[in-house]
Amino acid sequence: MAKKIALLQGNEACAYGALYAGCRFFGGYPITPSTEVAEVMAKELPKNGGKFIQMEDEIAAIASVLGASLTGAKALTASSGPGISLKQELIGYACIAEIPCVIVNVMRGGPSTGMPTGPSQSDIMQARWGTHGDHAAIAVAPASCQEIFSETVRAFNLAETYRMPVQVLLDEINGHMRERIELPEPGDLEIIDRQTPPVSPDQYLPYDPSFGDIPPLAAFGSGYRFHVTGLNKAADGFPTTKAKLVDAEERRQLRKVEANRELIEKNEEHMIEDAEIVIVAIGTISRSARNAVNQLREQGMKVGLFRPITLWPFPERRIAELAGQAKAMIIPEMNLGQMILEVERIVKGACDLHGIGRVDGEPITPSQIMEKIKEVC
Amino acid sequence: MSTRYEIRFSGAGGQGLITAGIILAEAASIVEDQYAVQSQSYGPEARGGASKSEVIISDSPIDYPKATLVDACLALTQEAADKYADTIKPGGLLLLDTDFVKKPPAGDFKIYRFPIINTAKKDIGRAIVANVVALGAMVALTGIIKRESGEKAVLSRVPEAFVELNKKAYNAGFERVKALLDGQA
Repeated sequence: MAKKIALLQGNEACAYGALYAGCRFFGGYPITPSTEVAEVMAKELPKNGGKFIQMEDEIAAIASVLGASLTGAKALTASSGPGISLKQELIGYACIAEIPCVIVNVMRGGPSTGMPTGPSQSDIMQARWGTHGDHAAIAVAPASCQEIFSETVRAFNLAETYRMPVQVLLDEINGHMRERIELPEPGDLEIIDRQTPPVSPDQYLPYDPSFGDIPPLAAFGSGYRFHVTGLNKAADGFPTTKAKLVDAEERRQLRKVEANRELIEKNEEHMIEDAEIVIVAIGTISRSARNAVNQLREQGMKVGLFRPITLWPFPERRIAELAGQAKAMIIPEMNLGQMILEVERIVKGACDLHGIGRVDGEPITPSQIMEKIKEVC
Repeated sequence: MSTRYEIRFSGAGGQGLITAGIILAEAASIVEDQYAVQSQSYGPEARGGASKSEVIISDSPIDYPKATLVDACLALTQEAADKYADTIKPGGLLLLDTDFVKKPPAGDFKIYRFPIINTAKKDIGRAIVANVVALGAMVALTGIIKRESGEKAVLSRVPEAFVELNKKAYNAGFERVKALLDGQA
């Protein structure tokens, strides 16, 4: 049967992806350019027996999401830079208490109120290090409306699998643009649901390491009782300062992502095989880069695109390999040099690096990338 | 080699030009099964200010989603004409509102003019459908989608009570431009 075709905004595709994944709770506070995610959820969730709550601010919004998730619901919030800044304390809480949830950040210019209607990719580092303390992080950065749908589904799968918050990074351009998408039918995309505890309530410990690095999370209201705190905790969920326990817990939490990099990482490569110049770009700007690659190839230049779809954890192994092959890497990003720092850390001088930064509210264009490549290569 | 056709609707915020762009993209992608991306940039103000909506139509997936060199541009205000005409590609098309763009911008493009807003206001009787008049006009000017596809996309968006009004508006815009083009031939 022919697929259903729709013209959807990126933010709408994100919301429909969340619904497809089984999201049953949205707690939010409106902010440009993310508000359409909330609008669709407000319209659709009640039809599916879900709940939508507009809270009094961004902090309360993520607090409600964590509470909903602890009752077993797949839960979502969406915001933009300034709102995500406010949520950071509770993103850390979600990390340490290991509460699955998905947080959409439709990036705009900053810092602070910045440029609400302008696109940006300046939260690349906020997505990794925005909350304090050592913690693992997963963030995905889709480029097209079709991919925003499917990556939002994957974000829920990752959140439930690794029992942690996962961020979806969009920007004002791919959040607001409308694009032709084929709507997946039920069963077309994999959906992972939360693991339930294999033990009875009287035997259940919410952070029991004997289950492995990812202990199953019981739903409040299903007969399981346990303690949840932002403090370092023991297997039973109650606070502890025992050095050995704290150390083991911290390391286990980082290991959830570190030991599963191959399952979490996802990249796209375009014309990379014989590329001497490799452009590393994410999201909307990867589309500028792809256009530039195609034009430069026609002129006979060996240029390719490497696009992290999973931004965090950063694709270290593959970038290191490409640095061995390439003469130069070009890193265009709508900020003044964030992702290039990660590339630099991995490449360790194995090839030349050239950044292109833009923060004037306009996207980096294909011709801007081509000019830079012709200038430096 | 894939095709890439870029259309820009520009004017003031509140004139419905983003909607016009969305309808064109729906006509191309849903009615005709081409690839289409619609995007916009706008200021924080709800009314006034230069506003634009861009649609890219292609026979294959579209990479860069914003306009680079515009094949056809509409401008309903002087401000929009002055601000957005400079990225029209050489030999491209520019459609202007005769009454609201008194000083047509200079450049290597073909200019077409008719009173778009007043066609909506006086001939159709409602200024609010100026964007649908403009859409019909741009479809006739560019030929990038079929006349019926545009009409179908317009009508699938409007409530029953406004079907006739919008049908008239779309076809008035189409016919005005068709007459301009026929007059040239």
